[in-house]
Amino acid sequence: MVAKVITVTSGKGGVGKTTATANLAAALAAEGYKVVCIDADIGLRNLDVVLGLENRIVYDIVDAIEGRCRLRQAMIRDKRLPELFLIPAAQTRDKSAVTPSDMVRLCDEIRPEFDYILIDSPAGIERGFRNAIAPADIAVVITNPEVSAVRDADRIIGLIEAEEKGPARLIINRIRPDLVRRGEMLNTDDVLELLAIELIGIVPDDENVVTSTNQGSPVALNGKSRAGQAFRNIARRLAGDKVPFMELENHNGLFGRLARLIRPGGA
Amino acid sequence: MNTTTDQRGQELTAPKVQFKGIRDGILVTFGEGTWPELREALFQLLEEQGEFLRGARLALDVGSNILRAAELGSLRDTLSDRGMGLWAVLSSSPTTESTAQTLGLATRISKPKPQERTRPTNDPSIQGGEGGILVRRTIRSGFSLHHPGHIIVIGDVNPGAEITAGGDVIVWGRLRGTVHAGAEGDENCVVCALDMSPTHLRISGHIYTVPQRRGKPMPETVRLQGGQFVFEQWNPKSKELSDGSKTLWMKPKNKKST
Repeated sequence: MVAKVITVTSGKGGVGKTTATANLAAALAAEGYKVVCIDADIGLRNLDVVLGLENRIVYDIVDAIEGRCRLRQAMIRDKRLPELFLIPAAQTRDKSAVTPSDMVRLCDEIRPEFDYILIDSPAGIERGFRNAIAPADIAVVITNPEVSAVRDADRIIGLIEAEEKGPARLIINRIRPDLVRRGEMLNTDDVLELLAIELIGIVPDDENVVTSTNQGSPVALNGKSRAGQAFRNIARRLAGDKVPFMELENHNGLFGRLARLIRPGGA
Repeated sequence: MNTTTDQRGQELTAPKVQFKGIRDGILVTFGEGTWPELREALFQLLEEQGEFLRGARLALDVGSNILRAAELGSLRDTLSDRGMGLWAVLSSSPTTESTAQTLGLATRISKPKPQERTRPTNDPSIQGGEGGILVRRTIRSGFSLHHPGHIIVIGDVNPGAEITAGGDVIVWGRLRGTVHAGAEGDENCVVCALDMSPTHLRISGHIYTVPQRRGKPMPETVRLQGGQFVFEQWNPKSKELSDGSKTLWMKPKNKKST
């Protein structure tokens, strides 16, 4: 078992890196893979909260790197999925407490024991991003269908290429089919035309994400949520399955069903 | 070109690193040794002379050393931490050269090597001398490309990217970033692109803010005519000119410069 290291990054803040990391990790673990996620956002840790593990942190990544504990001790096992682990970030330090080579060393140490290592990158293009990208085998870039987020994603893709970690893969998060249909939001093609990298998922905007984030239970474990379904599909694509992109439009009403009859495949 | 000897006889001491003033900044040449040694020597020299070199634009001639992108990137970062800009990397290794291009660095300095010089010609439309660089990749946001000669990009120039050329700029792709042709004052320079929608366009000292997309993208050339920007669209339906020759370019449309 040699783990693949997947770094989730975006450049811009608030587009859903942490949510995506938590959900992809949960979805992969639910598929039966052994997964560890690492919060590289030192000083602004969040991943523990999204996974609902904040009250179980004893040691963090900086403790492990500085030798105050063994790496094993810093790993927290998830309460729902026994195959899912978290290495939390330190809250009282900053990004400079870790170097890119520390991250490579740390990942190499745990690689033999896991199938996937997911790294949640902090926003920005400075030290924190470089720490997160240094050990990556696969870089996943998250963006929202907004001009500013796409611009930052473009920058980060360039940096990933410069670090020889490319080609990056793209997730478009929080898309709203109704706005796209009215031409009030960038559509998938607009984003892809600019970024020109492989798309591995489109996640619709979904209220369940907010609820489940607050409850500390990843939405990917919620069978009814569309965003959860999207994250489960992305996880399977990362694992090498061919999964068709799901329909974004909600074709539940009479007109929706009629529309589906007329144009199969939908939006 | 591993050791460029200095006329003042410094080669006797065979220094590992030499600085030489050139028109576009400072050319750094390296002596014999492995790359880690040379890099160490460069950093040491920068440590000693850092203040003097603050704000300088450096061109590195790394000879046949093979430099990977991570290495070159960290070198550029180290230099920029010291207030120096790395703008060109010269190398006889194709790997290093392509890495430098990937990072948006020039790989030729303005004075072309003798074997590349074009034959002198009387035809003003054939230009030698300044030379140009060819970049075969998409220039993404945050990257900037500076070259004293012409710049040709095969790929897109995305919003947030910057191109500054002493000569013409040709983009075989979508031009959506910031572009400056004739940066050294040449008003005869042109900008060509398959899809001309830059955020900001400059030729010599004139600035033009391109309005939103006007219909379908069309290959276009922009030039200055009497201080005004003139856009010419490429039209696949060729037209006969009065002298019997054919042109593929539609009649110029005058645009007000801002």
